[in-house]
Amino acid sequence: MTDTTNNAPIAKPDSMLVSALKSIALLRESPVGTTGGLIVLMFVVLAVFAPVLAPFDPNAPLLPFAFPGSEAPDGGIFLFGTDHLGRDILSRIIWGGQRVLFYATLATVSAYIVGILMGLAAGYFRGYLDEIISFFANVILSFPIMVLYVLIIANLGASGANIIFAVVFASSPGIMRIVRGVTMDIATRDYIAAAQTRGEGAWYIMLVEILPNARGPLIVDFCLRMGYTTITIGALGFLGLGLPPPDPDWGGMITQTRSFVTGGFPYMAIFPACAVSLLVLGFNLLADGLREVSLRD
Amino acid sequence: MLQLIMRRIGMMILIMLVVALLLFMINEGDPRLIARSVLGPYAQDDQLQLWIEQNGYDRSMFIRYFEWIGRVLTGDLGNSIIYKRPVSEIFWDRLGNTGILAGVTFVIMVIVALVLGVLAGMKEGSPQDRVISVLSIATTSVPEYASAVILAGIFVFWLGWLPGTSSMTSGFNVVELILPVMVLTLYGFGYIARMTRASMAEVMTTPYIRTAVLKGLPYKHIIMRHALRNALIAPFTVIMLQINWLLSGVVVTEFAFGYKGFGALLLEAALRRDIFVIEACGIAAVFVAVFTQTIGDLGYTYLNPRIRFK
Repeated sequence: MTDTTNNAPIAKPDSMLVSALKSIALLRESPVGTTGGLIVLMFVVLAVFAPVLAPFDPNAPLLPFAFPGSEAPDGGIFLFGTDHLGRDILSRIIWGGQRVLFYATLATVSAYIVGILMGLAAGYFRGYLDEIISFFANVILSFPIMVLYVLIIANLGASGANIIFAVVFASSPGIMRIVRGVTMDIATRDYIAAAQTRGEGAWYIMLVEILPNARGPLIVDFCLRMGYTTITIGALGFLGLGLPPPDPDWGGMITQTRSFVTGGFPYMAIFPACAVSLLVLGFNLLADGLREVSLRD
Repeated sequence: MLQLIMRRIGMMILIMLVVALLLFMINEGDPRLIARSVLGPYAQDDQLQLWIEQNGYDRSMFIRYFEWIGRVLTGDLGNSIIYKRPVSEIFWDRLGNTGILAGVTFVIMVIVALVLGVLAGMKEGSPQDRVISVLSIATTSVPEYASAVILAGIFVFWLGWLPGTSSMTSGFNVVELILPVMVLTLYGFGYIARMTRASMAEVMTTPYIRTAVLKGLPYKHIIMRHALRNALIAPFTVIMLQINWLLSGVVVTEFAFGYKGFGALLLEAALRRDIFVIEACGIAAVFVAVFTQTIGDLGYTYLNPRIRFK
């Protein structure tokens, strides 16, 4: 069938990457979101250039109990002081940030892949499949999340891979619920019916037609969840269930030095505590800004 | 309504049974592991085998599962491996302690959150709204373990006002409760405050509030008598769901301050594989979470007249 009345070229829909970049460009309009974005960017830069930016070796015992600003044996300055083993806290925060960001990103992205696939299947196929997936999501979501993490990590052992598994297990049901809701809504649209009539396969429709149109709420949720995962990785480190030492992670740094807080060296634990809070604040502000911008148009 | 209640309660029981099965499978699926944790690492293989047979662990897991459910329902939680005492002797004390901590936190948190949320939502976009909104995002970004050390630095080290631990070794002491409650409240109130703000702001734009304003009613009267009633329906569910998060925070906070509650007990049990304690704590945590969630759902339905009278 040829259509002679309408020859205007149909605008090609943006790929997910392009639209993500567009929302970042839009973010300039939201001061809150810009602030958040800059905070996150700062930590990313610190993480990527950690080998260059960290003034000392994060695991080298240099000078125990040195206060912030005191002079190092080699003539440098311990800007944030050193811990009880004499390791430079600033260097440990920078390297720890790299580790936290790496695991948080990997874990959150993995949880998203699982959550999206389950949510698409549940929302598109409906029926028994939906009932089963939703029921198990309810079961997992009914655990207080920290209880679930403690049970999983204590059983499997503390390692990077197990932390990623635990995050996927605990957060993919929440992602699945969001995707499922949006999918059910989008599945009733005309262009989905058109794709079905064309004879496209179910997974083609889900991944190519539905998923790109569900991205709005997902991008906001992704930023929030990056914040949660950062908190979780820190909390596991704090409880002694986190990434294995001696390489630094923020939660582990806090737990190793917190007994010195009341003994005269509060800065040892407070600097990493501030680092976690600042990064999470960055993600939360970014999510807030993105939500504001996406509601505007 | 009655049908809805029955359905929700049925769902709750089903979820509890599945959660119990999961906990049981993780902890008691392999009889040799149980024998190992009861008898210790130096027990011989034939001793393990003997223990398994004597205690009936050689039977099918599902039979043992239903027996275990029966025992739990009658209050028999098994024996703690670490403490060498019945779990019920330790467990209820610990749960009570957590109840005090969580209860006090909950009341303070909800009051702070509702007041701030209403103040912010009353005048959307005003400086007071901006300040409260930024404050509630900022505090929600400070996880419990971070605020625990920051507040300990301020109130214990610099000011010397409060004790740094809350182990309550010399009897119950309210002063030792202050820091944990502060930590939990600080992290938890922001979300409720933001939801209350959104709900309040929405109600303030409705025609019936405009009518009240145009009728010349006093502003205070409009807020207290007309707006609050509808604005507080949506936060109710959020508040009930927040209890689930509060229990998560309790695990971290109790560990941070050495408070002898159920979260610290669960952590200790999980690290040392004290299986019957793990099971008791896990079930209690999920029960509280599912129960409050159900109340939240039902309460929302009951409070919202649009749904109630349908």
